[in-house]
Formats: sequence, C-alpha cells, structure tokens
Amino acid sequence: MYGFEPSQEQQMLVDSVRRYATNDLRLAAHEADESGEFPHSVIRKGWELGVLQASIPEAYGGFGERSAVTGALAAEVLGWGDLAGALAVMAPGLFALPILSAGTEAQKLEHLPALAEGDWQPVTSAFIEPAFDFYPGQMRTAAEKSSDGFVITGEKACVPFADRAERTVVYAGVDGTPQGFLIPKGAEGYQICERERLMGIGGVPTFRIRLDKVHVPGSARLGGADGHDFAPILAASQVAVAALGVGLSQAAYDYSLAYAKDREAFGVPIAQKQVIAFMLAEMITEIEASRLMVWEAAWLMDAGHDASKAAYLALVSVSDAAMMVTDRAVQILGGHGYIREHPVELWMRNGRGIPAFAGLAIV
Amino acid sequence: MISFEMPETLSKTVVMMGSVAENMMRPVSRRYDDQEHEIPWDFISFMHEAMKAMGAGSLAPDRGVRKEGPRLGYQRLAFMIECLSWGDAGLYLCTPGGGLGAAAVEASGTPEQKERFLKRFSGDKPAFACMAMTEPQAGSDTAAIRTTAVRDGDEWVLNGEKIFVTAGHKSLVDTPGFVVVWATIDPAAGRAGMRPFVVEAGTPGCSVTKLEHKLGIRSSDTASVVLQDCRIPFDSILGSPEVETVTQKGFKKAMATFDATRPLVAASALGVARATVELLKELLDQQGIEIRYGLPRSLLTNLEREVIEMEVMLRSAWLLVLKAVWLADEHKPNTLEASMSKVKAGDVVTKITQRAVELMGPLGYSRDLLLEKWFRDAKINDIFEGTGQINRLIVARRILNYSSKELR
Ligand SMILES: Cc1cc2nc3c(=O)[nH]c(=O)nc-3n(C[C@H](O)[C@H](O)[C@H](O)COP(=O)(O)OP(=O)(O)OC[C@H]3O[C@@H](n4cnc5c(N)ncnc54)[C@H](O)[C@@H]3O)c2cc1C
Repeated sequence: MYGFEPSQEQQMLVDSVRRYATNDLRLAAHEADESGEFPHSVIRKGWELGVLQASIPEAYGGFGERSAVTGALAAEVLGWGDLAGALAVMAPGLFALPILSAGTEAQKLEHLPALAEGDWQPVTSAFIEPAFDFYPGQMRTAAEKSSDGFVITGEKACVPFADRAERTVVYAGVDGTPQGFLIPKGAEGYQICERERLMGIGGVPTFRIRLDKVHVPGSARLGGADGHDFAPILAASQVAVAALGVGLSQAAYDYSLAYAKDREAFGVPIAQKQVIAFMLAEMITEIEASRLMVWEAAWLMDAGHDASKAAYLALVSVSDAAMMVTDRAVQILGGHGYIREHPVELWMRNGRGIPAFAGLAIV
Repeated sequence: MISFEMPETLSKTVVMMGSVAENMMRPVSRRYDDQEHEIPWDFISFMHEAMKAMGAGSLAPDRGVRKEGPRLGYQRLAFMIECLSWGDAGLYLCTPGGGLGAAAVEASGTPEQKERFLKRFSGDKPAFACMAMTEPQAGSDTAAIRTTAVRDGDEWVLNGEKIFVTAGHKSLVDTPGFVVVWATIDPAAGRAGMRPFVVEAGTPGCSVTKLEHKLGIRSSDTASVVLQDCRIPFDSILGSPEVETVTQKGFKKAMATFDATRPLVAASALGVARATVELLKELLDQQGIEIRYGLPRSLLTNLEREVIEMEVMLRSAWLLVLKAVWLADEHKPNTLEASMSKVKAGDVVTKITQRAVELMGPLGYSRDLLLEKWFRDAKINDIFEGTGQINRLIVARRILNYSSKELR
C-alpha cells in the first residue's frame, strides 16, 4: 500500500522537533552564523529531543529502532530550523549510526551505550575530501594494510567538531573501497588543522584533518576484519542531507511567501503579481516533489531494499530544488533579501552547499 | 504511514497494461500518427473486450474495483493510463469508455444519472464519452463561455459552439456515447450559472462540424460540436438547476471533476516521458554508453547528466501524481496536489522529450524513431486540462489563500 502520512508516533516526534526548531534553532541561527557557534544549551536541548537515541536499540543504551523515514522527517524539520544547527545537533549520529549499522558487536558495545545514555558529545566523522572532484566512491585517503592493522594517509575536509571530538570515524579506501576506521583523538600523525571558513553553515565549526601515516589496529576497522558495506552508509547520508535540504527549502519558501503577501508594490501585495505567485507555485511544487524522492529513498532503506540509486537521485533532486527555491526567496525579497537581517541570504548560502554535504549528516 | 509499497493488484495491472501497450499500441503507433483521422477500430474493439474482461467496464475509478479492501480506484487508473500512454498517448485517448465525460458524470451525477449514462460502457459495443468546455472565445477563462441552456418545460434547450472536444467524433458519431456540455443557465450569474449537461449521441441539434489537424496525439480526434436548439431532458443536468450566486456550490462541485482528472492527465504525460527516457537509455546502451549513477555532476558527461536529470524529473513528478491520486482514493482534498502534479508533469514531459530529440541528433529528428512523435505528443499535456499557467494559478491561489479575483 502506498501511504503519504507520517504515523502518529512520527507526527509526535515531528511536532516536538518543530517546537524546538521554531523556538530555539530559528532564534539562535543568525547569531550563530555570525559568531561561529551555537550556544551549547541550544545544541544540548536539540540532543534531548532524542532523535538519535530513539534510533538505537535498548541493548545499546537507546530506546528504539532505527528508521530512515523517521530520521528524514526529523532532519527535515531541523533543517527547516537551521542547517548549521541541525548539523550540530545531529553530529553524534555521524559516529553512532555507522557503528550501529556496520560495526561489530564489540564496537557497538564499546561506543553506543556511553553515547546514547549521555549528554550530547562531540563525536564525528571525517568523510569529505578537499578536491573539486571528490566523490565518496573513490576516496583519495587510503588505508594500507600493515602487519597488525592499517596505515592511513590522506586529507579530509568539513569535519564537524574535529577540534574537540574524542573519537572520529574516518573513511579511507582499502584497495579502493571506502571503509570506516574508528580513530581516537591524539593518534600519532592525526593532525587537526585550523577551523575552515566556509560560505555558509557558519554556526557549526568544521575542520580539515591531515592523516600522515596514522597507524590503527585491525580492530579499528568498522565491521572488524572483514570490514563493511559502504553503500548503505553513503545512502543514509545522502538521504539525511537531502532531508535537511528539503527543510531548508521549505523555510525559504515559507518566509518568502509570507513576505510576498505583506509587501506592497504598485498598490497591491507583490504576491498578487503573477510573476511572484508563479515563482512561489513552482517553489512549492519542487519542494514537494523532491520531498517525496527523499521519503521514497528512506522507505527503501527501511524496507531493506537497495536504496543507493534512489538516495543519489533524491540528493540530486533536492540539490536543484534547494538552489532554485533559496535563490527565488532572495529574489522575492528584493534588496531586502540581500541584507543579512533577513534569513533568506543565509538559506541561499546554505542551500548551495547541499550537493557537497553528503557525509555531513546521516539518518 | 509513509509507504512506497506497490499493492499487488496494481503490479498486476501494470503488467497487463504494459503488455497491451507493447503489443497492441506500439506496433501501430506510427501508422495512426501518419494516418490522421483514421479510426483505430482494432485497438478500440480489443480494449473494449479487455476492459470488460478486467471487470472495469471503462476507465473510471469507482467501477470494476473490488468492494472490500483499500480503495485504489484512482491509483489503479493512474497506473493504467501511464502504461497505455507509454504505449501511445493518442491511442490511449481512443480507449473506449467514459474518459472525461464519464468522469464528470461520476463526480457530480446522481445515482440515477450514473446508471442512465454510464451503463453503456459495459455493453456489447464500445462507446465513448467526451467533455466540452472550450469555446472559440473562451479556453482558460472558462467563466467566459457563451453556450446557453434555457429551460423549456421538462427540457433544456442548448445553443452554442464547442471546440477542441477530445473524442467528440467517436462519442457522438462513431458510437452511441455522449458529450458533457458546459453551458450557462444564467449568463448574468457568471461562474455560478455554469453547469454540465449530458447530450447523448443522436440528439437532434447536436452535430460535429470539424476535426482538427494537430501537432501530435493525431490518432485522438479533436472535434468541434455545434448545438443548435438542441433539446435534452430536464434531468440531463449534472448538479443543481438552481443558481447559487453566493456559494457557487453547483459550479464548485462540477469543478471538482478536475481534481480527479488532472493527476490522470499528468499520469498520461509521464507515460510518454517514461517511454522517452527508456528508449533514450536503450539507444545509449547500444552505443556502449553507460550511465554512472553516484558521481558528482562535475565528473559526469553531459549525456549522463541529462539522463540522470531526466530520471529525477520523471520519478519526482510521478510521486506527485501518486500522492494526488492517493488523496483522491482516501477522499481527502487534493486540489493543490492535483494541480501541482499537472504543472510538474507538463513541464517534465515537454523538457524530457525536447531534450531527447536534441541528444539523439539526426536520429532524434528522424521519423524512423518514435522520439520525434513523443516530442509532438508531449506538448498537449502543458495545454489541456488547464494550461501550465492555469495550474500554476490554482497552486498559487491555494498557497496564498487568494481568490480568483485577488490573483487573476
Ligand atoms: C488536442 C486538444 C484537446 C483538447 N481537449 C479538450 C476537451 O476534451 N474538452 C475541452 O473542453 N477542451 C479541450 N481542449 C481545450 C484546452 O483545454 C484549451 O485549449 C486550454 O484550456 C487553453 O485554452 P485556449 O486554447 O483558449 O488558450 P487561452 O486561454 O487563450 O490561453 C492562451 C495562453 O494564455 C495563457 N493564459 C490564459 N489565462 C491566463 C491567466 N489568467 N494567467 C496567465 N496566463 C494565462 C495560457 O496559459 C496560454 O498560454 C483541448 C485542446 C487541445 C489542443
């Protein structure tokens, strides 16, 4: 059966995330983008919504089952609140969810309970690489087999909270196949570089990381000796980033729609001009269309199907929608859209990042 | 619940319709495009029997559907129409059964009227029905229609000229069908006075005066219908004979038909779009060109990028259709979603077919392949059942909460 309505349980979660996104993320977003960080209290409050904890089973300290659909619904609303804030709140998932889906029993027991039962912690993952042609399927960071484990060399970009993360999942190619490695802070050759300066997502600190022959034991490999399937991790990440992008687009649409009904030009609200009204009609159509792509990809994951292509297409869809929608939102506000007092220019800056952000969030 | 699990009955429908499309439509697709106005009787008779065998009676949502279990009528229809249009969008419009005419009766007829008008579609011989709104001076601006219906005792007398009536000839001349004619019962009342009337084939005063020659969907006849002192029984009016200027209830109820039919037109559009993407991929595959999904766009070739973009457009548009018909089956309001799906599908099918012809170069332009035909067929989807602009207006009015006066 087809179905297009969240379950009651999902709706309750969405509602509580919406309250947080409205009352906390939104209000702090501008300041965080300017100052470079969200107050810890805001991030902690987001963590206490329990979105991640609810995807971790009881056996590992959580209280639920992982569902990509539920995760995508929550991510959308967080993204609607603020993308940087959403990435910050979701950061521990970058570490926990790959372990949950691909880790050995020992890895799960070692890392998950402490994480799920505690406060928000700066654990993270290093995924993206600083190259114009970076593509997750072919990472330049390489893990060479050694007598007792691996030696990892390469460079990573956009690693959230790397400066304070005690543990990081670093992705590196083993004979060309991306694999996760659990690396503690302070490992020899693991160098955290200066904080990055990006066009958007100013509220979440991200860093470059240099790995210079970092030795890790075989047990650090996600999934143990045999490693793991990378595709589901990539798909879950594409779905997450796509869901965030839908939320961001919806935010820009909501804001510009309200503005268009209020702002008058030539004696009528600008929304009564077809050029404006049609822009809005196309914006909501693209948002809804790409949202359904995200839902379908997430559903495929939950149903145990191969979601790789669907997740990729969903992210392509959202990437275009987000750019189109945020650009138009700025346009609808005219000169005022260009001024940082209104949030639309921030959404436009953040929106441009969506196609590059796979790896920055996961559901 | 959020689910994309295709119900088994729908999978079966798709297999069956897919086979009809492949075996009964594709082989004659070119011929009926070349021979405009030749009636595809083989196809019509086959479809009539096939639909009867399926227990469907006609392409209508509420008949032939299992009574128990979930309501899938509109979803089933969307899948059927998509499949048939994948076969040939023009021939699909030659599928006997109610079409838009029956949809109007379905949406606003009384139980007696449904019995009286719709029974014919499950008879021995194929029958058609059509819907006539457009007039020479009034297309998008439906409130400007001039055809009048004047009560005379227990009859209505209709006068006016309708153009661009899809399947008008088949409904009124070739088979014992009917046309649903939109007319005003009170020209001073504007929209509030507009009503649909059922005029059956053979009614004196109702004649088909012209068949159009078109860019595409050539196997589908597009007729002019003239009503000259055409008398029909009083109870052939769909909806109330009273004019409610304030509520415009009668008009609105009748307009609800479009909420049902727009996603179906969108489904038809996407059948053409899917046919195009599939053929394009097949042709590229024959040249050894592989589409590498998963790569960032900077690393894709232009061909790959185009194909991937087409797949995104196609799938996301289809999901909009699916949601719109799902809402209809759930008896939930879907005006917004119906128009969104129509906007998107109209855009998508025109873009995809236009690009596919370009990408295939001289081969795309040649009539050896069907790509150029699909390019011509596609464009109608941005025009009928509300142009792309009109459906944008509907979406915009909904989201802005504007009346048709506030946003014209
Ligand atoms: C093959 C075919 C089959 C058809 N089948 C049927 C049928 O079965 N029954 C039937 O009743 N009709 C049918 N039609 C008619 C069709 O629905 C109309 O052609 C369509 O609604 C547009 O009307 P029009 O041609 O008068 O264009 P117009 O209304 O004159 O529009 C011209 C242009 O102006 C734009 N426009 C109009 N109003 C606005 C506005 N308010 N804001 C912005 N832009 C606007 C339109 O989008 C269009 O681009 C058919 C047409 C064709 C070609």
